[in-house]
Amino acid sequence: MRRTSSLLPWLLAALGTLVVPWHMQQDGVTLSGVFALGREDAEAASALWQAAAHGRFWFWPVVAALALALPAALPQGRSARQARVLAVAGGLGLLAIVLQGLAIGVQGWSWPWLADTFGELNDRQFGIGLGGTLAMLGFLFLLTDGLARRGLFKGDRFVSGAVGLLAGSIIVFTAWPVLTMLSQMFTPRESLSWSGALLDRVMDRKIWGLACTTANVNCGVFWNTLMLATASATAATALGLSFALIATRTGFKAKKALRLLTVLPIITPPFVIGLGLILIFGRSGVVNQLADSIFGVQLGRWIYGFGGVWLAQVFSFTPTAFLVLIGVVEGISPSMEEASTTLRASRMRTFRAVTLPLMLPGLANAWLVVFVESLADFGNPIVLGGSFGVLSTEIFFAVVGAQQDFGRAAALAGVMLMVALVAFILQRKVVGRRSYVSMTGKGDVGLHVALPDGVRRAAFAVALPWAFLTIVVYLMALAGAFVKVWGRDWTPTLEHFRRAFALEWTVDGALIFAGGAWHSLWTTISLAAIAAPITAALGLLAAWVLARQTFRGRTTLEFALMLTFAVPGTVIGVAYILTYNIPPLEITGTAVILVACFVFRNLPVGVRSGVAAMSQLDKSLDEAAVTLRASTFRTLRTVVLPLLKPAIVTALVYAFVRAMTTVSAVIFLVSAEYEMATVFIINRVINGDYGLAIAYCAVLIVLMMAAIGLIQLLVGRRRLGRRSAAGATPAGAHT
Amino acid sequence: MSASQTGAEVRLIGIGKRYGKVTAVKPLDLTIEGGTLVTLLGPSGCGKTTLLRMIAGLEQPTEGRLLIGDEDMTLLSAGERNVSMVFQSYALFPHMSVLDNVAYGLVSSGLRRRDAQEKAEAALETVGLKGFGARLPSELSGGQQQRVAVARALVLQPRVLLFDEPLSNLDARLRRSMREEIRALQQRLGLTVVYVTHDQSEALAVSDRIVVMRNAEIAQAGTPEELYAQPESVFVATFMGEANHLRGTIERVENGMASVALDALRFALPARGLPPGPVDVVARPEAIRLAAEGAEGMAGRITRATYMGSHAEYVVSTPLGELFVIAPRQRTLLPKGSAVAVMLDVEGVVIVRP
Repeated sequence: MRRTSSLLPWLLAALGTLVVPWHMQQDGVTLSGVFALGREDAEAASALWQAAAHGRFWFWPVVAALALALPAALPQGRSARQARVLAVAGGLGLLAIVLQGLAIGVQGWSWPWLADTFGELNDRQFGIGLGGTLAMLGFLFLLTDGLARRGLFKGDRFVSGAVGLLAGSIIVFTAWPVLTMLSQMFTPRESLSWSGALLDRVMDRKIWGLACTTANVNCGVFWNTLMLATASATAATALGLSFALIATRTGFKAKKALRLLTVLPIITPPFVIGLGLILIFGRSGVVNQLADSIFGVQLGRWIYGFGGVWLAQVFSFTPTAFLVLIGVVEGISPSMEEASTTLRASRMRTFRAVTLPLMLPGLANAWLVVFVESLADFGNPIVLGGSFGVLSTEIFFAVVGAQQDFGRAAALAGVMLMVALVAFILQRKVVGRRSYVSMTGKGDVGLHVALPDGVRRAAFAVALPWAFLTIVVYLMALAGAFVKVWGRDWTPTLEHFRRAFALEWTVDGALIFAGGAWHSLWTTISLAAIAAPITAALGLLAAWVLARQTFRGRTTLEFALMLTFAVPGTVIGVAYILTYNIPPLEITGTAVILVACFVFRNLPVGVRSGVAAMSQLDKSLDEAAVTLRASTFRTLRTVVLPLLKPAIVTALVYAFVRAMTTVSAVIFLVSAEYEMATVFIINRVINGDYGLAIAYCAVLIVLMMAAIGLIQLLVGRRRLGRRSAAGATPAGAHT
Repeated sequence: MSASQTGAEVRLIGIGKRYGKVTAVKPLDLTIEGGTLVTLLGPSGCGKTTLLRMIAGLEQPTEGRLLIGDEDMTLLSAGERNVSMVFQSYALFPHMSVLDNVAYGLVSSGLRRRDAQEKAEAALETVGLKGFGARLPSELSGGQQQRVAVARALVLQPRVLLFDEPLSNLDARLRRSMREEIRALQQRLGLTVVYVTHDQSEALAVSDRIVVMRNAEIAQAGTPEELYAQPESVFVATFMGEANHLRGTIERVENGMASVALDALRFALPARGLPPGPVDVVARPEAIRLAAEGAEGMAGRITRATYMGSHAEYVVSTPLGELFVIAPRQRTLLPKGSAVAVMLDVEGVVIVRP
């Protein structure tokens, strides 16, 4: 029988507490700086040394918790008392770290009442670094080990540790920042008390104003956002449904090309569509120029405002709705429709009475998905919005503008968060009721009934022109990279690419990346490459824990995780700068904050592909491995992971690609040293330098198409055990 | 593996499982003697699989304790219990060869790969699959996959071997021979086996003891003979085989024998501690004798007659209601509508508490 001890997490905690420098080092931890006992400089010393030699008494509780845990962590026996001591010591250690971190900041005590109680503290500390992080992890795993030994999580220390890690990261990287941000709404300002300040901020006329109903002025941003999201969601859902019906229910020849549409939103940087629209309908756009020269009509700048943003969002999100609705349309069991036709219903009646009602929850889901995307969208409104403000852009201007009003940003973000949460809850209800459409494990061998003629014609009439327009927009957007000045000087040129990606050689032959875009491109690629494996690993771990383990609090964890996915990027961005600007976790301006942002923004990608893949894996495979004495980790490594390879690849590549195209949260977090490609582009757009921006976008698109091609190559297409209309494929043998 | 090794005793003490408000297994006590094969039998949803999975360590009981040998295993994880399980779907790892599948548990336990593979070869030989080691599970037939699953569980010399409906994916003929193989292997190696099934004939064929479960609790436990011949409830009687459920009256009890009135018929049956008064009577179909009209017994009329080859089945309408009758070795089928005399053989009749 295996008797495993908890020595490993204890050593981790000990390393973090005793040996390694506790705080973040100005120039990173060097090899010589790792051993931090006996340091003259308190900031470079380990927690133990800071407590012993520099009078930083607040580290003694951490050291005490470590000492308390030692006897219980040793490999001998496994009494119930040991388990309790382990859990208590781990919990105390965590608590001690968190409390000291929050209580003592760069100016001594963080809260006035502490100074009143204990007197002024003539000391201070910066954000935690390597030592603090290791110690926290160590104590966390001591706690989860103790809980597992007490019989929680079926006594499985790995699962317990995984759940602890997930819960911990949700708290540190989502719950805490969001709560910190919300608390900013209460910060008193000028003559107002906290409640007055709150009311003033939240009840702002700029948010809720309804003046536009009576006069020709803009409404409050809340109404703008709501109107825009509703209009975009409705249009995109209708278009998406048309595409989905054509792709799955008709003999349309270019179905494969249609499916290509689904990858567009993933590889498109968020403002390519906006740029394309400007190049067509903008003041010096193609349409405006033609109208001017042929009819002598000035079309003006209508594209900047609600209409333009709406158009761009519909272009951007129709593929998303299409993707959701393909699954919905395919998921309807053909035997239902066959049953209907054998019951003498016409095709039209079958469509109206069976197909459509079965799709309704799916349609509602697609609508809500687009609604949330539109709500969180930053790229299109910033490029095309003009004076038409929505929540995400108002938040941005509140933070970066001349006002620097974090309270206002927090209030706006709070409103946005509420809308997103309402949509999220509605969506969960809708999807929860969807179960009767979902596919069963039984091979369903029917054929879908052909669409009624009227519906088919309507679908084609809507979808084909739109597909054509989409292509035109993309082509225009790309063409913009190859002419000198759009609308004025149509000379073909590669000048924009040269400015962005020029390479030069010094006299002695060394390569210089002279183009202005190289720096941000490398930063983006390397940070995305760092974030992708972490995202995939954490996401798959979460998927595995949620799909395969049962423990108390599983539904809570799942809900919390899904909730974090519902937080719009702009909110996360504001929350991160507000929280991580100051100790205990002072990571603003570093690469860490960007990587953390990528990981937690893109975690759903990993979780979803993991859950989808795992639902196709027989659960008794893992159970078999566990009863065959494989540790949970070995089960994961030798059985689950090899069978999940496609999901891993998918998660990795999508996490990478999405990290490269995201802008909403990142725009708040970049620094001179760590500038991201998308932010670089948007700054060019704001300066009116469209050529370079588009050239850069083109390069990004090509890069990401390569990445997507890689997935398609490695993973292949999903197969459903159904006959296709063209020729019967043998149903998968079931053993 | 050593043939003399004997499996360990398993004791469940007050063990129970609740999922929120739903009770999957009500707290129950059960002792499974070392070296015996005990079947958990019951309709789907009765809690038998949950009970098995709690023994395996795949589910955590919400109350009670589990002892294997003398060791308390309640809080240990599945891998720490020295228990192996054969799954309904076999759960062979599709990406590993048969040999790697069988060696998997040994490698997990820390054996060197070469030693593990040697032992795995031996285990494959035990189940008659020598030379199949290099294949993938998908290249084997259903019966062969089943044997690999058994070999994979056996090679660890578990103290308890668990089977979760192991034969339900096989066709009827193969099912019969596999269950005999499992029984033979269990007896040869002296294994403690807990075996879950919903098929009563499978349970009767392989078990030392059968535990019949119903509604998350044990309805009755005993040897196959006890359960078939002396069911304690109508449920157990009907679940263990075809049975006619009749209502009668105990007129009096003398020396442990009850005299039971069934319409006009009178029987002396073991009283089984039941007092005079109304009682349920269970009569096996093969205990009902049909004779020509006018012979001793109740008058009856055949309402359905089915020829089954080795025997004939009848439904007979009598004053007691419709009776299901199995008549062995009957060359000619009695035609539907014929009048018969119906007599009960006390050997196949038992009274149970109403």
